[in-house]
Amino acid sequence: MTDIATRPADAVSPPPRGRRRRPRLDVGGPRAGTIAAFLTPFFLPFVLFYLVPIGYALWQSFRVVRRSGGQYGTSYTTFGGFEQYVEVFQNQEFWSSIGRIGLFGVVQVPVMLFTALVMALLLDSPLLKLKGFFRITAFMPYAVPGVIAAIMWSYLYSPQLSPVVDLLNAIGLHPDFLGPGAVLWSAANVSTWLWTGYNMLIMFSALQSIPQELYEAARIDGAGNWTIAWRIKVPIIAPSIVMTTVFSIIGTLQLYSEPAVLRQISSNISSTFTPNMLAYTVAVGNNYQQAAAISVVIAVITFVLSFGFMRLTSKRAGL
Amino acid sequence: MALMLVLAIYFLLPLYFLIVAATKPQGDLASTNGLTFSNFQLFDNLHTLFTFNGGIFGRWILNTVVYAVLGAAVGTLISALCGYALAKFRFRGREFLFSVILGGVLVPSTALALPLFLLFSEVGVVNTYFAVFLPSIVSPFGVYLARIFANAAVPQELIESARLDGAGEFRTFFSVSFRLMSPALVTIFLFQFVGIWNNFFLPMVMLQKESLFPITLGLFSWNGQTARTPLLQESVIAGSLVSIVPVIIVFIVLQRFWRSGLAAGSLK
Repeated sequence: MTDIATRPADAVSPPPRGRRRRPRLDVGGPRAGTIAAFLTPFFLPFVLFYLVPIGYALWQSFRVVRRSGGQYGTSYTTFGGFEQYVEVFQNQEFWSSIGRIGLFGVVQVPVMLFTALVMALLLDSPLLKLKGFFRITAFMPYAVPGVIAAIMWSYLYSPQLSPVVDLLNAIGLHPDFLGPGAVLWSAANVSTWLWTGYNMLIMFSALQSIPQELYEAARIDGAGNWTIAWRIKVPIIAPSIVMTTVFSIIGTLQLYSEPAVLRQISSNISSTFTPNMLAYTVAVGNNYQQAAAISVVIAVITFVLSFGFMRLTSKRAGL
Repeated sequence: MALMLVLAIYFLLPLYFLIVAATKPQGDLASTNGLTFSNFQLFDNLHTLFTFNGGIFGRWILNTVVYAVLGAAVGTLISALCGYALAKFRFRGREFLFSVILGGVLVPSTALALPLFLLFSEVGVVNTYFAVFLPSIVSPFGVYLARIFANAAVPQELIESARLDGAGEFRTFFSVSFRLMSPALVTIFLFQFVGIWNNFFLPMVMLQKESLFPITLGLFSWNGQTARTPLLQESVIAGSLVSIVPVIIVFIVLQRFWRSGLAAGSLK
């Protein structure tokens, strides 16, 4: 194996472009076998439980079940080309679920991240008291499983049990959190409740690593708190904001637990409410090839959106 | 300040409601105000919770602990080994392997669950502990963090002097590097632990046997039965409370670890 950059070669050849300028003791690197021993415990399960299923899903998605000799003939699976994908794209329910999740993401992600950003900036300002309390309070939902959070909120949405509904009724409002127009936003609220604090802490941690001298310099130049926050702090933590956005996009496309729980108490959530629910429903209906095609499409959309967003922002912000 | 207070109430409200509701008899849930205590019978509710259906809730707790603690422990170890090797050893294909792992971070885990189910059903692993446990140990994000931490926390000079002393790579890793990385490894463990503890889709796809369920799937199935058996509501509520209290305590106790971890994750 030649895959280890052995030190003698390094010592003879000039260091490439300023890398590793310090002269180093030549003690030899690990041998290929040793490196493999470090990598294999992760890569073996990674290949088995990540790469192989991806490959398997792709393979399945190009297959179709056919019957020989009419409707009651024996069935067999064969290569079907893009047949499954054509079917996915012709499926009205698929587009409805994508539309729903798109609407959800376009509203919920900005609301959540903007709230998180404002909270992080407030936590970072010297004016706020009780910082520790606010930090813990906001982060606590992260420890709550999505299913449990949805169950808790579903009690708060339920007309019979909810103190919130009681309260709103008392002041003359009669909300129907589980109604056809509202239930998507009720699910969005659960996601927002779960993840705002987590995102806030990522942004807050980034804010904390900005050197204080920067603010002092800005102050001498006459910048106020607002200017410092929006013109200095926000641009500096832009990479964290990008990261939280990418994770939020991935999270949105995976949406499952919240609507699945709300479905238990609301007739306004169908079994094909989100793309993931659609895939699961199709798989349970024994059309594995179709379910695989849906899974592949979801993964591709996720990839394109996350990568696209990263590329777009890194170009504009010059990161 | 006012804004922060409003938000704090928003974050605490469901938890407070859950605590109050867990202390009530089922009949009081609908008939009394949800935000004030009425007949206090938390311990009766807990007793019902732990004895209902042959005490299956205890089994679910045990399952969740096995999946989450063991899965996160194994997962952290293999992530640490891999991330450390990617950070500290120079070999051809290193950057390629790292970008494959980064790509893995972006793959939605729910999109993996269905094909995994099909594969596992072909080899007969479905409906066993392994069906949930094995996929849970893989954490591409853990490797990503481990690589960053190894770069930051383990000086190359130290590894080289250990080599000069004749220590093997594994010996160096476990006696020197592992210790230096340990605060970071706690973070990776915590995140993976919470990830598995909260996981729902994978167990739902893989498991039919109630005795293998984690808490999330168990409570979900009970919650679906409350329309027919309203008394189950009490156990769903008490069970929800029981399932989140330990994790919240762990988080409050281990604050400084996950905070440093978040900081490292956000810096790239």
